[in-house]
Amino acid sequence: MNLLTITSEAVRALQANRLRTLLTMLGMIIGVAAVVLMLSIGQGAQTKINDAIASMGSNLLIVTPGATSAGGLRFGSGSIKTLTMQDAQAIAELSTVTASAPVVSGTAQLNYGANNWSTFLSGVTPDYFSISNWQIQAGEIFTESDLRAGARVTVLGAVSAKNLFGDEDPVGETIRIADRPFTVVGLLAAKGQALDGRDQDDRVLVPLTTAQRQILGNQFPGVVNFMLVQAASADSMEAAQQDITDLLRQRHRLFDGVENDFTVSNLTALASVASSAAKIMSWMLGAIASISLLVGGIGIMNIMLVSVTERTREIGIRMAIGANRRMILTQFLLEAMMICILGALIGILLGMGGAWLVSEIAGIQIVITLGMIILAVSFASIIGIFFGIYPARKASSLKPVEALHHE
Amino acid sequence: MNTPAVLSDQIDAANPTAIIRVENLCKSYYLDGANGKSVELRVLIDINFSITSGEFVAIMGHSGSGKSTLMNVLGCLDSPSSGHYWLGQQDVATLSNDALASVRNRQIGFVFQGFNLLRRMTALDNVAAPLLYAGISRKAARQRAMSLLEQTGLDSFAMHHPNQLSGGQQQRVAISRALVNQPQLILADEPTGNLDTQTSHEIMLLFDRLNRESGITIMIVTHEDDIAACASRLIRLKDGRIIEDAATRHRQNHAMAARQ
Ligand SMILES: Nc1ncnc2c1ncn2[C@@H]1O[C@H](COP(=O)(O)OP(=O)(O)OP(=O)(O)O)[C@@H](O)[C@H]1O
Ligand SMILES: [Mg+2]
Repeated sequence: MNLLTITSEAVRALQANRLRTLLTMLGMIIGVAAVVLMLSIGQGAQTKINDAIASMGSNLLIVTPGATSAGGLRFGSGSIKTLTMQDAQAIAELSTVTASAPVVSGTAQLNYGANNWSTFLSGVTPDYFSISNWQIQAGEIFTESDLRAGARVTVLGAVSAKNLFGDEDPVGETIRIADRPFTVVGLLAAKGQALDGRDQDDRVLVPLTTAQRQILGNQFPGVVNFMLVQAASADSMEAAQQDITDLLRQRHRLFDGVENDFTVSNLTALASVASSAAKIMSWMLGAIASISLLVGGIGIMNIMLVSVTERTREIGIRMAIGANRRMILTQFLLEAMMICILGALIGILLGMGGAWLVSEIAGIQIVITLGMIILAVSFASIIGIFFGIYPARKASSLKPVEALHHE
Repeated sequence: MNTPAVLSDQIDAANPTAIIRVENLCKSYYLDGANGKSVELRVLIDINFSITSGEFVAIMGHSGSGKSTLMNVLGCLDSPSSGHYWLGQQDVATLSNDALASVRNRQIGFVFQGFNLLRRMTALDNVAAPLLYAGISRKAARQRAMSLLEQTGLDSFAMHHPNQLSGGQQQRVAISRALVNQPQLILADEPTGNLDTQTSHEIMLLFDRLNRESGITIMIVTHEDDIAACASRLIRLKDGRIIEDAATRHRQNHAMAARQ
């Protein structure tokens, strides 16, 4: 009996027993679909967080006004005015620090022709772009001289640009920010969501001095909302944190025993917390997926073992009319493989379809990799093929008369 | 006894047309008895006989006397505990599992009391199955299977599944299957045991014709004297031993009996 005949014999056996075939395949389908779905969601979440972390800039410290333990209440409104541009410049001189970027922020109304858009406004220095890892898509960033002059130039985030200009090139155009004309000098490349879920591209950037004097109308010139500081290296993060603290205490004339009126936090450390949370979630989804796979596998096993009496008799009859062991095992192996391959294909399609649906409905990012598909398919196939062939192995090692009388 | 191959040559020289020869054949089962000891159940004890090509042998005996056990050993579905069994030139004990499968496929047609058809296949595919295991293409196998169903008068039921056939029809499908590889030997264990008298006669008519016209050797187990009367020789078993082995006085022409 050649392989072709055995194959068609296996196909016939599967067709002849549709219910058993379907039930076995169902275990396979559920297992594979669940794994692909769960892992794609987990992987998607992790990828998203990793992207957000990568977009954040490296070795970042953030200096905010106010004490860590106190928040705004205890120090009143005065406490949020403790950081100045001069502080930032002094920090930039520290040996453990590469650069510092003071930031003032608020919201502003943008107009271009008939379009208007309310967005998040930051007044920054040129160093801000490199520290927080912004890439320029078109045009350029503003310069030190723009900063000194308080020039009316602006760099747009991708979302703001889209809302004002559609698909037009904004560089060189004039928009109105808080009713004053500004020349768009640059367009930022899109970054997507930040770790906190905010859209980082929905923003407008102007020189710090321009923001202070012309838009936000700050009563305390030189005061900034916060500053980003880039440490010289990953290893010097703690040293930089200490140096900044010492420097600011000295500059703010804080006597021993007086609490800091500022907080230096390690943004990179915060990010790694978020990233490990994402990892835990993705492991949990993976665990749920493994359970589904196991349940599917047990389903496959049960249906194979339930039909073992009938199949043992069938094997007895086949042996009695002249089938040898190899022919029987080949037929059963092929049957199991066909169920597994077909079930896996349906499972993959179902899992991918489900993942797509989840991403559409819940707006969750999903990532499907070849690895997870291979994992799901190989695990389910091992179970399917093992329990498909195991009864056949046992039955075909019996004498024909024993197989015929099996109950 | 130590050199079965040599012995088998001697036997063949002495009796060139022997298709089956058994010598001191024994079969025991070991059952779990009281206090964990296993109890030997001797089902076949020192069976000796030889069967010449073209004979029609009936095997009789009470229930439990070992008839089925003997047939299963002769059909290579089971193995003896001791003794020798030559099938034609071959000492069956020396055959590998694959060789035994091939013997069951080509040299012996086995007919069971309970038919043992593959439930999920048509009558035609059931009959064709041994041919597939013999390496014949499905198309050729089906043609040959169809011609056998025509011979047994079942061609119009070729596409029926076993559960759509009567007992007699199922047994005729099983006989067609047993015949499909043109074996020299048919072993039938109570082939009419599940059938009514009329259908039994029809089945016996078929065996009779196969034996007379095609010269196929037939061994048949039965409880009924009129079935045994078709045979040319009767072997009677009691408690695992042969107590009678003789030619029947008048082999009945079953074709005539059925017509009357
Ligand atoms: N697998 C087995 N294990 C243990 N004992 C067995 C087994 N098969 C058969 N026997 C015993 O062997 C003896 C002979 O059984 P066998 O089936 O050969 O009888 P039989 O002559 O065919 O009877 P019947 O006319 O009822 O079919 C019986 O006592 C039976 O209980
Ligand atoms: Mg019996």
